[in-house]
Amino acid sequence: MIIQSLAFYLFSIVAVASAVMVISARNPVHSVLFLILAFFNSAGLFVLLGAEFLAMILVVVYVGAVAVLFMFVVMMLDINFTALREGFLQYLPLGGLIGLVLLLELAVILGGWIIAPGAAERAAAPTPAIDSVNNTEALGQLIYTNYIYFFQAAGMVLLVAMIGAIVLTHRSRPGVRKQKISEQVAREDSIEMRDMPSGGGI
Amino acid sequence: MAEFWTGYAWPAIWIGLQVVAIIIPLLLCVAYLVYAERKVIAAIHLRRGPNVVGPYGLLQPIADGMKLFFKETVIPTGANRGVFIIAPVLTFTLALIAWAVIPVGDGLVIADINVGILYLFAISSLGVYGILMAGWASNSKYAFLGGLRSAAQMVSYEVSMGFIIISVLLVVGSLNLSDIVNAQRHIWFVIPLFPMAVIFFVSTLAETNRHPFDLPEAEAELVSGYNVEYSSMAFALFFLGEYANMILMSAMTTILFLGGWLPPFNVAPFTWIPGPIWFAAKIAFCLFIFLWVRATFPRYRYDQLMRLGWKVFLPISLAAVVIVGGVVLAFDIQSLVK
Repeated sequence: MIIQSLAFYLFSIVAVASAVMVISARNPVHSVLFLILAFFNSAGLFVLLGAEFLAMILVVVYVGAVAVLFMFVVMMLDINFTALREGFLQYLPLGGLIGLVLLLELAVILGGWIIAPGAAERAAAPTPAIDSVNNTEALGQLIYTNYIYFFQAAGMVLLVAMIGAIVLTHRSRPGVRKQKISEQVAREDSIEMRDMPSGGGI
Repeated sequence: MAEFWTGYAWPAIWIGLQVVAIIIPLLLCVAYLVYAERKVIAAIHLRRGPNVVGPYGLLQPIADGMKLFFKETVIPTGANRGVFIIAPVLTFTLALIAWAVIPVGDGLVIADINVGILYLFAISSLGVYGILMAGWASNSKYAFLGGLRSAAQMVSYEVSMGFIIISVLLVVGSLNLSDIVNAQRHIWFVIPLFPMAVIFFVSTLAETNRHPFDLPEAEAELVSGYNVEYSSMAFALFFLGEYANMILMSAMTTILFLGGWLPPFNVAPFTWIPGPIWFAAKIAFCLFIFLWVRATFPRYRYDQLMRLGWKVFLPISLAAVVIVGGVVLAFDIQSLVK
């Protein structure tokens, strides 16, 4: 148990510290790197909770894909660091307010468990008992069997958003020359097969 | 005190020994993979390859390693020091930690976790950060362009790799690597899932930045890409990481499609050879194809690379998920392979 608690404190301290660094680092690329470190440590916390599937998905999706795109964009931006700092005090009250609201919401959720102890059991009810199936299978049954229509609806919303993004940003420019690989391959005189003796030339 | 020894100290020592037992052979393999690459390509080019240091040039990788070790590490003035140093360390570490879940034989695995294949996929998707960080921290345009190319390339090919892994998982019904291997005892998945095996292998070429997809280090246009500012051991870590990743990707191909440690036929002369040797032989076969491809094909142009990833592999692998899923459901394949 000691090892687990040590691991918990390690992951959570690094996660919180890197989350603080995300908003306080001077260089935006460092911010993204600290964000990645925070994601990674949250994945570690998920593993400690026994939610290994969520941990891996967090790493694959957020660290492996989303943060790469963040980093891609941030690295290419030409940012004026001093101008970035100037707005700090101006946005502080609004940011603080949003932070406070989030904190209150968390308090309501955690407080709910204390006020009504039965709530936690009810929340966990839809999955089958965790000792009969592993948690990947439990999640799969939940998403793809019990709540398939909601899941599909969410998928449709994402698909529409994706198509929308492509339609809004796609420009068709006239006069662009494109390589047509099928035509090149189908051309008869483009490839000639020769039998080569080893060590000899053509 | 006794509790401390039995509860913490011995397990820690045991885990340490297991880690050493994986990493030392791995590093030796990496060193001799470099040698094998030079020899194989030399044979294809009708040259001799390294043959001066030691018998048949066998000590060449050790000589190369010593040379890199004794060189001076140069950190450019304009570089972002911290990130510049972390990048090669990260690349090398990621190439090593993935081996924790690879089963080299029946039950011979350090961590037999439930989500093994997802872990491998997650670790291989992190590999891009080493290159991206190196490219950015070097503060050099060639390195930066190499890093950007690499990021776009690895993210693109990861998508089709993910779908192919899903189609294998649908057949097996488990994310555990040992289960995936055991499901292939009747037939290796390379036969029923042949097109997917080919696409997976080509995607691993792109994922490891190997020829013909080595755009990130295209020496003709980017000097040597993301690692151009690195010298000495920092460069060596990138180099070792790249080759360790090749071995890792070959191991993934072996586990997913070539039956892992299983012999080709479950009859007498084949079953005498122990599992880990079959596993190593299959990895060596995949690695040979890596080298063969390098000596044979010209480099892709960047737009061709993107076209192949997004317009050819992605639709095929998406269709594969639907078709394999339908067949698995219709013929109840999962209960056949259990």
